[in-house]
Amino acid sequence: MTIGLGHYLSVAAVLFTLGIFGIFLNRKNVIIILMSIELILLAVNINLVAFSSFMGDIVGQVFAMLVLTVAAAEAAIGLAILVVYFRNRGSIAVEDINLMKG
Amino acid sequence: MIPALFFYLFAGLCVAAGLMVIAARNPVHSVLFLIMAFVNAAGLFLLLGAEFFAMILIVVYVGAVAVLFLFVVMMLDVDFAELREGFLQYLPVGALVGIVFLAEILLVVGAWSIGPGIPRVITAPIPQGVTNTEAIGLVLYTRYLYFFQAAGLVLLVAMIGAIVLTLRHKENVKRQNIGVQVARNPASSIEIRQVKPGQGL
Repeated sequence: MTIGLGHYLSVAAVLFTLGIFGIFLNRKNVIIILMSIELILLAVNINLVAFSSFMGDIVGQVFAMLVLTVAAAEAAIGLAILVVYFRNRGSIAVEDINLMKG
Repeated sequence: MIPALFFYLFAGLCVAAGLMVIAARNPVHSVLFLIMAFVNAAGLFLLLGAEFFAMILIVVYVGAVAVLFLFVVMMLDVDFAELREGFLQYLPVGALVGIVFLAEILLVVGAWSIGPGIPRVITAPIPQGVTNTEAIGLVLYTRYLYFFQAAGLVLLVAMIGAIVLTLRHKENVKRQNIGVQVARNPASSIEIRQVKPGQGL
């Protein structure tokens, strides 16, 4: 029983789908949406590292690290925007974010 | 046998934790399940031989990003029960999209194999005899130096942006103004009065 590339790609596919599903399911809660995006980026990282490992190419891991950087920056900015929004409106419901009036 | 066992352990726990992230009632539980998903993904990376990336995942994601989420969830006084209204309303369409998407990806993954010409176009083969960390460093700091610098710039911009967004000056808070303090002299701060005896000011 050997674990091939397909196994890892399947795990990544399931995680990616869970992320998309989470965005649909928790459409009102921005925090859960941000966590779903983190899940999606984690699935992408699993794909990159799995290909890197099975094809013997180190570049996949380098790019996975760049994806990690962008994911961390995105989480920081997203949560900062969330905090500012909560200070202004007193709620974080996504439906209220269609005004764009500052 | 043992690697396969650990693969199924890590993969199963990772997917279960991912499911609980989007299904948990309490967002704090969601964050904790997100941490569990990341730790199990780090286990998967260890099985793949990417030790450095596994440790970075734990340090960066579990140590920084997930704790940041935890801070924000606990700091904001949000009525999360109200936000969960319509959870069941969105369930059918979400499940439909999810299942279709998963079926498509799994069909692609199932009927897929590495082409015969691909091994010839590998950019940087994993060198034998050096550790994973060293192998990444040999490539990251030479061939991908500009990408490395760009990643640093992205982090810098994110840091500045987060500070600019959340910094606020309250009106009635007294702050130290060093310039004004240093510029004080006797002429501006002391007044000499001649007080006559028995009369007061």
